[in-house]
Amino acid sequence: MKSDNTPAGAGNEDVGLPRNARLGLGLFFLYLLIYAGFVALNAFAAEAMGKPVAAFGGVNFAIVYGMGLIIAAFVLALIYMALCKDIGDAASEGER
Amino acid sequence: MIYHFTWPPFIVFCLFVGAVLAISFYFGSKAKSAKGYYAAHGQIHWFVNGVAFAGDYLSAASFLGICGMIAFYGYDGFLYSIGYLAGWIVALFVIAEPLKRLGKFTFADALDKKFNSRGIKLAAAISTLIVSIFYLIPQMVGAGALVKPLLGFPEYVGVVLVGVVVVLIVVTAGMVSTTYVQFIKGSLLVIFCLILTVMILNRGLTTQGEPGAHEFRTAKLEEVLAKPGAQALALDGDWAIKPGETFALYVRVKNDDGSITTWRRTAKDAPMVMETQTLASIKGADFVNGLPKGQGPGEADLAPVGRISKLPDGKTSTGPLGPLQYLSTLQNSEVVLWGSEVLKAKDGVKTTVYYPKPTKGSAIMVPGGSPTFAGVSPKYTKPDALLKKVDFLSLMLALFCGTASLPHILIRYYTVKDQAAARKSTVVGIGAIGFFYVLTLFLGLGAMTSGAIDITNNAMSAPLLARTFGPMLFAVISAIAFTTVLGTVSGLILASSGAVAHDLMTNYLQMEMSDHAKVRAGKIVAVIVGIIAIILGIMFKEMNPTFLVGWAFNVAASANLPALVMLLFWKRTTKQGITAAITVGLISSLAWLLLSGPAYTSVYHLDAKNALAPFSQPGIVTIPLGFLVLIVVSLLTKPQASVERRAFEAVGG
Repeated sequence: MKSDNTPAGAGNEDVGLPRNARLGLGLFFLYLLIYAGFVALNAFAAEAMGKPVAAFGGVNFAIVYGMGLIIAAFVLALIYMALCKDIGDAASEGER
Repeated sequence: MIYHFTWPPFIVFCLFVGAVLAISFYFGSKAKSAKGYYAAHGQIHWFVNGVAFAGDYLSAASFLGICGMIAFYGYDGFLYSIGYLAGWIVALFVIAEPLKRLGKFTFADALDKKFNSRGIKLAAAISTLIVSIFYLIPQMVGAGALVKPLLGFPEYVGVVLVGVVVVLIVVTAGMVSTTYVQFIKGSLLVIFCLILTVMILNRGLTTQGEPGAHEFRTAKLEEVLAKPGAQALALDGDWAIKPGETFALYVRVKNDDGSITTWRRTAKDAPMVMETQTLASIKGADFVNGLPKGQGPGEADLAPVGRISKLPDGKTSTGPLGPLQYLSTLQNSEVVLWGSEVLKAKDGVKTTVYYPKPTKGSAIMVPGGSPTFAGVSPKYTKPDALLKKVDFLSLMLALFCGTASLPHILIRYYTVKDQAAARKSTVVGIGAIGFFYVLTLFLGLGAMTSGAIDITNNAMSAPLLARTFGPMLFAVISAIAFTTVLGTVSGLILASSGAVAHDLMTNYLQMEMSDHAKVRAGKIVAVIVGIIAIILGIMFKEMNPTFLVGWAFNVAASANLPALVMLLFWKRTTKQGITAAITVGLISSLAWLLLSGPAYTSVYHLDAKNALAPFSQPGIVTIPLGFLVLIVVSLLTKPQASVERRAFEAVGG
């Protein structure tokens, strides 16, 4: 039985964590690249952000890119969650 | 604007607060141990925790501040939404799982687990306290701004009310009740903002104002002066003709009823003038358009503003629109935004003039419209343009790095049972928060064109937008906004309470305390922090909540992120390196902020030109500085024998 001084997560270590961490870092740098591009465009090419994007009903690039960043964060998070689970399962299988 | 007390908002407000307190008392009986008080026994379901993340994170700054900023300036407010959400990527991909594995109750636990260093405990606890208090200020300011129109009380009453209710929530059941309050608040906020967005899209866009709304006129100057009974006033001080100009920018006309109409030329020396609104304070009394502020006979109040002046193809109304149609139609319309300036007459009377600025939609939907981000606009050609761009980059960096460094967010990782739950709850949090931030754009633009904006208080834009759909929606949205403040403040006070009672008293000062005494100490600290928050909320009531939150992100990212990241990913990190990085990051970012232009203007009431910091957001300097200090100090100090292996293990190597 755990005492109250035991960390809440102790004893529940993920077997696949090394790969999870590497996967996390990979996705982090991918998102960082997209975010840095957005920030740089806003800072140094703000006029480009005003161009309408025909594929999105003429809504300008600033809105499309901004919404895209929000959606990309969620999509990458889902990918991470799905792949982490696969890795954990595979590792657990290997242990058996 | 003057707000009146009405029963529906008050009843809904009481129901919300009553429900929140009932939850707290219910869970109060279940949280007797320190683990229950600080970490909800690690037994919160990941989905509940994920929505509670949203409830914790979507603060007054997110809801009221961002909507208000979009309503007043357009796209610039949305930049905050994007930055706030992007920060969750750092939290999920880099911090969440290792932090969950290393920590127990607080962020300091995780940092210190490998080293058992009193220096780290002290530095991390102080950092947690300062960041949480910085973050508390805008929440309290938001509460004050809300209660005024909602209940008709002065601002300080709102601040005191939030302080008292939150202390009750935290003291009764700690993290358990805080989690459920945040879960309920997060759910309600997203659901009702979605409902409001659907109503905005269904209403579409129109050039016609509400029946009975004041119509601001544009006229020829000669016609204004020729009106029977109109008497042109002499202009002096800041009102007078500027050197090198032929005409004064303003014309002031006294009317039959004693009111003064102030007209502003549509352009320098132009013959056309636009009607403005003025607010002056004389010997402590407010005057609107020359009359005492009020709504009785012989009094005047500022009129609500915000409307579309031209729609594409000469239409007067669009009818229901889809989300993309709404944005593209607005982009091709003309909207009347409002600017303001303070003018001082020869007799010393200062008058704030609020003037209309008809602006193309295409200019509203790009960055650079607000004073905060004006430097990124291609039209900004002042010599400090480059510094303004660096300031913008610095803020966006701080928002990106700050989320994963906020102690009140980090402690939520200890409320779930394992790392998989930590990961899943972060994904749920990202989904809920991201969806909400998409809605902020529509809420802000909806408010901008609703004809309901209070020109003196942009934080009220979202609730006032709701009022255009009926008093009940106003009541619900206002009550949710108030609960928003409660949820976030609860988390902040709990984080502060943990920093003092657990990190400082138990771990740093090594005071011998029973489990029960630890909980009691935490509760006493919660009361003290609540009182400090009330005082600071009243002191800083004039500052914009979103701007203040930006400051908190800078301090959090500078003080905490270098230590967290390097601990997890650099095996050469030493305890001295961590202590030094937190200390230097904290002091440098705080000093920078307190020596910046906005602090000079809003806190010290001095000229921003004399500010010592070259730009206002320190993150771009102080975050790398934290990393640099950690690396240098770690290289100069000897690591503990087993540190290399343990640090390597932190990332699962």
